[in-house]
Amino acid sequence: MDAIILQILNGLDKGSAYALIALGLTLIFGTLGVVNFAHGALFMIGAFCAVTLSRILTLSHTVIDETQKDFLGNPLKVDVPYIYDIFGQATGDAIIDWAVPISILFAIPVMVGIGFAMERGLIKHFYKRPHADQILVTFGLAIVLQEIIKYFYGANPIPTPAPDAFRGSFDFGAMLGFDPNTIIYPYWRLVYFAFAAVIIGAVFAFLQFTTFGMVVRAGMADRETVGLLGINIDKRFTIMFGIAAAVAGLAGVMYTPINSPNYHMGMDFLVLSFVVVVVGGMGSLSGAVLAGFLLGILESFASMAIVLETLPGINQIIIYLVAIIILLTRPRGLMGRKGVMEE
Amino acid sequence: MSNSKLTRRGLIKTGAVAGAAGLTLPTYLRADAHAGYLNAPQGDTVTLGFNVPQSGPYADEGADELRAYELAVEHLNGGGDGGMMNTFTSKALQGNGILGKKVEYVTGDTQTKSDAARASAKSMIEKDGAVMITGGSSSGVAVAVQALCQEAGVIFMAGLTHSNDTTGKDRRANGFRHFFNSYMSGAALAPVLKNAYGSDRKAYHLTADYNWGYTTEEAVKSSTEAMGWETVAAVKTPLTQTDFSSYIAPVLQSGADTLVLNHYGGNMVNSLTNAVQFGLRDKQVNGKDFQIIVPLYSRLMAKGAGANVKGIFGSTNWHWSLTDEGSKAFVQSFGTKYGFPPSQAAHTCYVQALLYADACERAGTFNPCGVVEALEGFEFDGMGNGKTLYRADDHQCFKDVLVVKGKENPTSEFDLLEIVEVTPVEQVTYAPDHPQFAGGSLGTCNPGA
Repeated sequence: MDAIILQILNGLDKGSAYALIALGLTLIFGTLGVVNFAHGALFMIGAFCAVTLSRILTLSHTVIDETQKDFLGNPLKVDVPYIYDIFGQATGDAIIDWAVPISILFAIPVMVGIGFAMERGLIKHFYKRPHADQILVTFGLAIVLQEIIKYFYGANPIPTPAPDAFRGSFDFGAMLGFDPNTIIYPYWRLVYFAFAAVIIGAVFAFLQFTTFGMVVRAGMADRETVGLLGINIDKRFTIMFGIAAAVAGLAGVMYTPINSPNYHMGMDFLVLSFVVVVVGGMGSLSGAVLAGFLLGILESFASMAIVLETLPGINQIIIYLVAIIILLTRPRGLMGRKGVMEE
Repeated sequence: MSNSKLTRRGLIKTGAVAGAAGLTLPTYLRADAHAGYLNAPQGDTVTLGFNVPQSGPYADEGADELRAYELAVEHLNGGGDGGMMNTFTSKALQGNGILGKKVEYVTGDTQTKSDAARASAKSMIEKDGAVMITGGSSSGVAVAVQALCQEAGVIFMAGLTHSNDTTGKDRRANGFRHFFNSYMSGAALAPVLKNAYGSDRKAYHLTADYNWGYTTEEAVKSSTEAMGWETVAAVKTPLTQTDFSSYIAPVLQSGADTLVLNHYGGNMVNSLTNAVQFGLRDKQVNGKDFQIIVPLYSRLMAKGAGANVKGIFGSTNWHWSLTDEGSKAFVQSFGTKYGFPPSQAAHTCYVQALLYADACERAGTFNPCGVVEALEGFEFDGMGNGKTLYRADDHQCFKDVLVVKGKENPTSEFDLLEIVEVTPVEQVTYAPDHPQFAGGSLGTCNPGA
């Protein structure tokens, strides 16, 4: 029982990332009809927003410490962050410690801007082209973006830790009456799950309870009619692209303490996220979220030692296996709408 | 009775076709017959092929290897301060290239993929006339390129490859490894772990699901079990895995009090980060503090894991903080040229380039069979690892191994590991027919002609 609870918990944070990326993918597909293979790159760029802000906060001037030697035997050059000069060491350290949460504020305008630039500069030229063309151009764009990041940040992962207050883990087992240490869960992963829930809730609320959201939903259902009413739906869809980019970016920012970001992390999530979208149902926002969590949890269960002993290698194919079963039994996915990608 | 009528015109045509074919044939297929070996250097230069990961996940390690090779070429051609050529016990190298020929080089990108690495090595041999191939940052790549070099008939001086198989079941007469291996890591680590954590431990292994992972798991398991540890479980993890939470979460439930991460590169960074996030190091199991071990450390990878490496034991082939004359000379040369200390990958590649050049000088030829003969059983010192032997039986270097620990209070971004023990070579030496290295044979050297 404790193992099952543990794997459900594990699946939640993985599912949170899948759900956030898949949500953005579905928003773009539902509004613009574009299959965006560069969406994983947006997740990666979001993570590198956190890296960039960490580097900005730790921009330093050099002080020579005569008492210590560097590797060549010269007096050691010690980097002192400018932030110490401005706020003092204690406050400066606290700000640096909280770099990842602070990065949210930095990432939102950056990601919205990148989203706008991507949509206006490239993707809008492919609206009327076949999906295959869209996939090729966005996949190419994803490769270009990750190579740019590798050029500036290198190929190695870059550690971007969570604030000290959220390091370590919480003993769920003890709380639920199990033996100590049987169900432990890192604090930051709980934060990630809660953050994902808030973002998903905010996107749904925005679409459901605002006039803007109502128009967007109407446009998703019947773009032509909304246009005939004199509403500039294209402008709203461009804004939605920016919002989708920001959602992916924020998912990336908050993911950095879970796994040190590297240039390839977007690709690692991309294919799985597309499977999530297809399983959830093309164009279905709630389907994307549901499938994200479902597949995240299933992936966790498939990694259990007892499962691997019985079915070696199942951890590597479980998501695709489930996708095949669901598509065979429910061709439109769990919550897919009739007519989407069926012409 | 033959009906063939050889005319003058026919003879000219045939000759022209044959000549054209000869000109267009790759170098590989038109070995300089009179030299008796493939890609015999023509003119006053000799070309070496540096096959390193220039793209992909190990690109940073590959860049450091390339820096080391460029430094080695500079020193071989008489430039710079000479680096380890000044401390190397063999004095055959004079700083005038190799056998009087100026050293030039071509580079290839392994991408850390066996097929890409073989293609780039093949291109350097066939198109560029490289007489020796060296480099790499993966055992899969090393084994694949080593086999190619054996078939082609050039020497392969392996870069960073730690799997037992490189000089075990996949050993080749034309291939040589300076880097240490999984067995040596296990043999060096076990006594240190016994001292630090006792002989009553329950270990849980997470192992990268490929060649290197298997041999490392086997080596660490056998050496720790021999000192009394129990292996509770050994779970394979996909090489493409990025989030290890679902593999780490069950560790405490298993009753294990020690986690061994048989991971390298991005796998190591992520699994260690996840393990620390789960608070494993703050837990007490079986009345003992929970411990994590990383059998193969790399400074470049440790940097990716950040503060998570603090206090964690592992092993390494070489470290820039060593104070022997050879290491100091290399660190001085490399640090002055590039502004930061070299990695262990850079060290092994630099040493391999010099060892190859020295072997050619001592053999008086670039002929691979002459080089093999010069390297087999060669004993040397002054290259950073103490007295070293290139064993003839398997072409594996035998030297001291470093046990290191993540430093608690690093003074810089390079100062991440501290040397805990220099394990003497006798303790990591094994018989050529040791079971962990069984199933292979060097065969005979191939000069390619």
